Amino acid sequence: MKYLDEFSDPVLARRLLDQIHAATTRPWAMMEVCGGQTHSIIRHGIDQLLPDGIEMIHGPGCPVCVTPLEMIDRALAIAATPGVIFCSFGDMLRVPGSGRDLFTVKSAGADVRVVYSPLDALTIARDNPDREVVFFGIGFETTAPANAMTVYQARRLGVRNFSLLVSHVLVPPAIAAIMEAPNCRVQAFLAAGHVCSVMGTSLYPALAERYRVPIVVTGFEPLDILEGIRQTVVQLESGTHEVTNAYPRAVPPEGNVPARLMLEDVFEVTDRTWRGIGMIPASGWRLSARYRSFDAEERFAVGEIHTDESPLCRAGEVLQGHIKPHECSAFGKECTPRNPLGATMVSSEGACAAYYAYRRLDLVEVGA
Amino acid sequence: MCLAVPGQVKSISERDGTLMADVDFGGVRKDVCLQYVPDAVVGEYVVVHVGFAIQRLDEDSAKQTLANFEQLGILEEEFGAK
Repeated sequence: MKYLDEFSDPVLARRLLDQIHAATTRPWAMMEVCGGQTHSIIRHGIDQLLPDGIEMIHGPGCPVCVTPLEMIDRALAIAATPGVIFCSFGDMLRVPGSGRDLFTVKSAGADVRVVYSPLDALTIARDNPDREVVFFGIGFETTAPANAMTVYQARRLGVRNFSLLVSHVLVPPAIAAIMEAPNCRVQAFLAAGHVCSVMGTSLYPALAERYRVPIVVTGFEPLDILEGIRQTVVQLESGTHEVTNAYPRAVPPEGNVPARLMLEDVFEVTDRTWRGIGMIPASGWRLSARYRSFDAEERFAVGEIHTDESPLCRAGEVLQGHIKPHECSAFGKECTPRNPLGATMVSSEGACAAYYAYRRLDLVEVGA
Repeated sequence: MCLAVPGQVKSISERDGTLMADVDFGGVRKDVCLQYVPDAVVGEYVVVHVGFAIQRLDEDSAKQTLANFEQLGILEEEFGAK
């Protein structure tokens, strides 16, 4: 597509790689926060082309993976309620809750529908005024504006049979939590480009300063990733810790102002539990008081939920960068994309799914 | 669901008081909400996530970045660095 094709140019990629090799004198560990970047790195083999000492640690930036188990169980309970049409993005359907998933509930007769956009769920609600329509509102700052607009429209259009099961999480508090973990190995971050497309870059300088880590806003094409890594290495080698933008074509410093205003109106900050990681203070959004009547959690009274996580699954350690997916003993054996134990194997952006899909099974066989 | 993809705005219309666009993703056409990028015009590229345009793609920045990459390689050759 027009100039975008040039961002996978192998000649320029070689030049960037040469620059990275020339700049690297010691080992460095950097985390790509976003699961989309993890997939691009693994798919293009970027991690294998880097200097030996440079380690890419895969971050928690997969919304499906970090959605807490109790929220999946709430979704399952609501979806199984008679009269409900439960709408979700497709990749949530196979995420295991405590013992079952949305597919299981659907095959048992529940009306679970996959939608492309939350606005589709609102349309379903308008077309089915005698049913309760619930949309599973998960995701980072990239997804939240869509869900915010949908609730805003529901209120404006007076659609009372629509509600949102909200489980939004925020990137900057996760970066802080990762840096404050006692065994943290991360020395720099590739920040998630599209999160910054919405939120801008203003929250990052304070984090870079407090934890003395370079933070480089990075896109998703191979050249974008290589440039993000190059800028990160240059900073690490020179001992600086600044925020730079390697993805200016989609990230203005102020982000998307109309979207940010909508987010401020519809949501308020709350504590959130991250699957596999635990509670991170002030790391999520819930509906603000004005929109609370659209909160599915209150409408269906599913606050109290008992959860049961698989004892074999080490997704939490993968999400925090403590182990690589193939270092989990269940990887490719008890846990596969068809029969996942944890969300990192289910989601199209999960690190375990990336390792499973792209040539990393050989690592397991060698290690087994 | 997390991936946002670029597409080209083909036409713009209003529906239920909301700005919508017909966006072309390399041959696949989708309805996209344009409320967050209200000044986008037909022919422009936007980054779309779950049915919402979240940014326009700034072609000048793209070209500048590519020019910088070229420059990096040229300087390297010029000064004989590894």
